[in-house]
Amino acid sequence: MCVLEERSSAASFEQLALPLLGPLYNFAHWLAKNREEAEDLVQETYVKGLKGFASFEPGTNFRAWIFRILRNTFLNSRTGLKGVTVPLDLSGDDVIAHADLETPETILIERASQQIMQEAIAELAVPYREVLLLCEVEEMSYLEIAAALAIPVGTVMSRLSRARRALRKAVEEKLRRSSP
Amino acid sequence: MTEDMSEATTHESWIGQLDSYLDGELDSGQMLQLDRHLRGCPGCTAEALRRLQWKRAIRSAAQCYVPDPSLRERIQRSISPAKPAWWQWRIAFAATTALLLLFAGARIVQWEIVQSNQHLVQESRIVGELADLHVATLASANPVDIVSSDRHNVKPWFAGRIPFSFDLPELEGSQFELVGGRVSYLEQSPGAQLLFRVRKHQVSAFIFQARALPADFVEAEEMDARSFHLESWQHNGLQYFVIGDVAPDDLHALSSLMHNKN
Repeated sequence: MCVLEERSSAASFEQLALPLLGPLYNFAHWLAKNREEAEDLVQETYVKGLKGFASFEPGTNFRAWIFRILRNTFLNSRTGLKGVTVPLDLSGDDVIAHADLETPETILIERASQQIMQEAIAELAVPYREVLLLCEVEEMSYLEIAAALAIPVGTVMSRLSRARRALRKAVEEKLRRSSP
Repeated sequence: MTEDMSEATTHESWIGQLDSYLDGELDSGQMLQLDRHLRGCPGCTAEALRRLQWKRAIRSAAQCYVPDPSLRERIQRSISPAKPAWWQWRIAFAATTALLLLFAGARIVQWEIVQSNQHLVQESRIVGELADLHVATLASANPVDIVSSDRHNVKPWFAGRIPFSFDLPELEGSQFELVGGRVSYLEQSPGAQLLFRVRKHQVSAFIFQARALPADFVEAEEMDARSFHLESWQHNGLQYFVIGDVAPDDLHALSSLMHNKN
């Protein structure tokens, strides 16, 4: 690639990728659970993204593409290698019958502080945490999430359902423990 | 009982679609159907609201980590297109200037070579033409139209035939003898051709208006063409050529005689 093409490619990448720094960092922090590692993850993601930008097809979903790089970078990191397995205790029924649960959401949400919610999210297994964050925080469509995580859309739906259920269970548990 | 079971199954199937509905993943037809159901079903509507609140709570809690400004700077530095340092700009500027000068120099040299070649081509063409005229004259049964060795007869003969006047030298006492003259043409312009004899050789002297010659014609004082020698000079707007197969000294002597007279 000639120097001019390289510069133009770097400029295009910068234009597309820099606005996503905030979301990427937030996601990286949730995955790595500490600032230093999240910063390293994000920086590595940008470097890898720039290197592989030639393989990105213009017109396709850049956000999903770069989140996928971040997620793969995390999976190959020391922290990522530890906790990527899908827990079996939540497998089974994908439909959460919230109406049957003991505590109504309104009360639960009112009582649950931001801290309890954050702790519960952090305790989710990585495959649930990532799918939940991409859906609720990044507001990605199921297709985008599927592209970012390299899994089928059906898996996105089932993991999302289980993640919500697990989160609710964890919040309830925490509230129960904290109540006198 | 059966109706109750059927109603419960319907509610379950609607509730089963609520997450996809709130995530915006249902197609427009399914959305419309569920919308319609929610308007008439307080239970499902309450469930939808609870799930919506839950989504908002997750979003609000999870959107909490903000990158440090220094990280943005580091990333920007690592991915920005490399900007040349000031000294690189100077080198680039010097290199560009040198290239431009080199290019301009090459163009000038090329132009000069072309011009010089054009002069040579013009000269060789003119000399060749004069040599042809001289040979044609020698080969002709009537080499001159005015046959006279007297310059006072020859010069007036040209009056009215050519658009200029010239003087002929006094040849008495020299080795040269005037044979006569004729009107000749060079570059479509009329001029005078004078034929001289020196011993057994014949020499032609051509006189044309200098402006009739190509603008870029620069006469060489002495030239050779097909074993003929040639001398030329310009004076008072007239271009003189003396051509013949005599020795260069003889040619020069005749040129001097004519030059002195004109």
